[in-house]
Amino acid sequence: MSLIEITEVKKRFGDNEVLKGINIDVAPGEVIAIIGKSGSGKSTLLRCINGLETIDEGSISVAGAQLLPDELHLKALRLKVGMIFQGFNLFPHLTAGRNVMLSQTVVKKTPKAEAEVMAKKMLERVGLAHKFDAYPDQLSGGQQQRVAIARALAMQPIALLCDEITSALDPELVNEVLSVVKELASEGMTLLMVTHEMRFARDVCSRVVFMHQGRVHEIGPPEKVFANPATPELKQFLGVIH
Amino acid sequence: MSDFTTWDILRNLLLAARWTVLLSLVSFIGGSLVGMALLFARIGKSRGGRGFVRAYVEIFQGTPLLMQLFLTFFGLGLFGIDVPAWLAAGLALILWSAAFLTEIWRGCVESVAKGQWEASSSLGMGYLQQMRWVILPQALRVAVPPTVGFSVQVVKGTALTSIIGFVELSKAGTMVTNATFEPFTVYGFVALIYFCLCWPLSKSSQILERKLNVAHRNH
Amino acid sequence: MNYAFDFGWLFDYWPVLVKGILITVELTLVGGILGVSLGIACAWARALGPRWLGAIVATYVELIRNTPFLIQLFFIFFGLPALGVRMGELEAANLAMVINLGAYGCEIIRAGIQATPRGQFEAGASLGMSRIQTFWYVVLVPALQRIWPALSSQIVIVMLGSAAVSQIAAEDLTFAANFIQSRSFRAFESYFVATLIYLALAIGLRQLLRGLGWTIFPRRAAR
Repeated sequence: MSLIEITEVKKRFGDNEVLKGINIDVAPGEVIAIIGKSGSGKSTLLRCINGLETIDEGSISVAGAQLLPDELHLKALRLKVGMIFQGFNLFPHLTAGRNVMLSQTVVKKTPKAEAEVMAKKMLERVGLAHKFDAYPDQLSGGQQQRVAIARALAMQPIALLCDEITSALDPELVNEVLSVVKELASEGMTLLMVTHEMRFARDVCSRVVFMHQGRVHEIGPPEKVFANPATPELKQFLGVIH
Repeated sequence: MSDFTTWDILRNLLLAARWTVLLSLVSFIGGSLVGMALLFARIGKSRGGRGFVRAYVEIFQGTPLLMQLFLTFFGLGLFGIDVPAWLAAGLALILWSAAFLTEIWRGCVESVAKGQWEASSSLGMGYLQQMRWVILPQALRVAVPPTVGFSVQVVKGTALTSIIGFVELSKAGTMVTNATFEPFTVYGFVALIYFCLCWPLSKSSQILERKLNVAHRNH
Repeated sequence: MNYAFDFGWLFDYWPVLVKGILITVELTLVGGILGVSLGIACAWARALGPRWLGAIVATYVELIRNTPFLIQLFFIFFGLPALGVRMGELEAANLAMVINLGAYGCEIIRAGIQATPRGQFEAGASLGMSRIQTFWYVVLVPALQRIWPALSSQIVIVMLGSAAVSQIAAEDLTFAANFIQSRSFRAFESYFVATLIYLALAIGLRQLLRGLGWTIFPRRAAR
């Protein structure tokens, strides 16, 4: 049974149809890279799965729960699916530790002591246990993004959505974030990531989705998608990248 | 005629200045409370609430405070109550302050980056939780300097209440002038006292703002 | 509340109202134009002028911004004659408004000047312009464009503040309302009508200033 089912999803911004009927099924433990030019709709798709954008047609379900645009359903969904953003979006007024603790205590009503233990554990998992009391602006971009990952993990999601999580980072900081993601993948976390890191997509992902003009243009295992692109659009895209 | 020494003048003015201070405090605190309620309506989900606050702000920022004082004073009078000047003064100033504070604070809330809303949504927080734990704490920091700055406007605004007969510093100035025929000295002192009340507030607002801009640390 | 509203008196007193409106408009116009000019001069002095002049201007700005307009008005109209400086109500009202807007305008415009990229001054200098020329031809317009919304709001605030000039018997809109209510004994209605007119004036002035902004600063560059 698939964990995330995306069926015939359409999304318009005014006259501009950004998603023109998307179908993707994600099995538990799969790591999926979504690639494509900017404007192909890949980020929008990810944001729809987390309910940050409402969809106009089609349906999305996660672990059997439908995505409906009311607060109750959204909350249930978001407890299952974590999201990591390009711009980190850490809460600047809270320390790294408090960033990780906040939603546990506020949303899940976890007792503070328990949340703190969890926060320490998660920060350790991303290699930042020693930064528990540091504020976001005392951390490098790579460290901030790792805290953001820890923050999402602390909610114990069954899947993580990563929206170009290394795009805002200096090149030398990209690897520390990717290695955390790689480790999550090896531990069996279901991951959906929009990325420009083709090497990473090839090495780590189980499937690659190439989006073009609001549609899934090609989908398949990385060896096939990268080695034998079927369409001229993907060929051109990969050519531009390399 | 000039039995008044300079000290007499100053003493009378200072005594009256207590009422200026008191009225300023009442107006500012009352205005903050009303303004906070309006703020929640303004950024809330109810369309009617947002529209109401928008109109409220437009009216109070688009008409003279003096007219608001007159309308409150004579408007309350229509109910057959003999309205004491302090009541009309306090009420009008509270409503007026609320309009400005709401606008100031709305700007602060809107200055919080969109990503903060998204990140907290994605963690499953509801609207009130986002407000309480993520948005307001950040907006509050930005809000302090302009809020302190606005308190200066409140102090100065109280001067107009002299016109509806509330005896505070400005009214005392007029009364003392009429008794001493020394307008230059008296209004000079009045201005000086206002300055002493307002300048520390202005200055701290500036310092706070500079601190906020310089601060690399966000805490 | 047993009170019958009555606006019938409006017919008898409309000339008084119109005169009041005209004076309020005149005060705003003169105050606005001269006040902004004074503000520009002061902003230049504070941002780019000699230090001693900047210090004097700073004192002026602080004095005005930290005292009520009403007291400034009283000081000019009642206090200055003690020094032999006498003027009529309208002159005093105009002067007070110019001085008031000049101080606020100074701070607003100065912020606009200070946001000018350094390269603009350097480019001006490299083309052989004097500092004043650089300020006038290169720096000023983009600086004004940057702060035009803030400056516009301040002009509206000064217009609304002008209601206080009725207290030195300048015959503005508020004075007209006072006059009418003293004759008609319809205080609430008089002030209500005056308030509506002020609201219309404020909205109109805001639109006018916005339109003026579009005309003076046609290109939306210089951000």
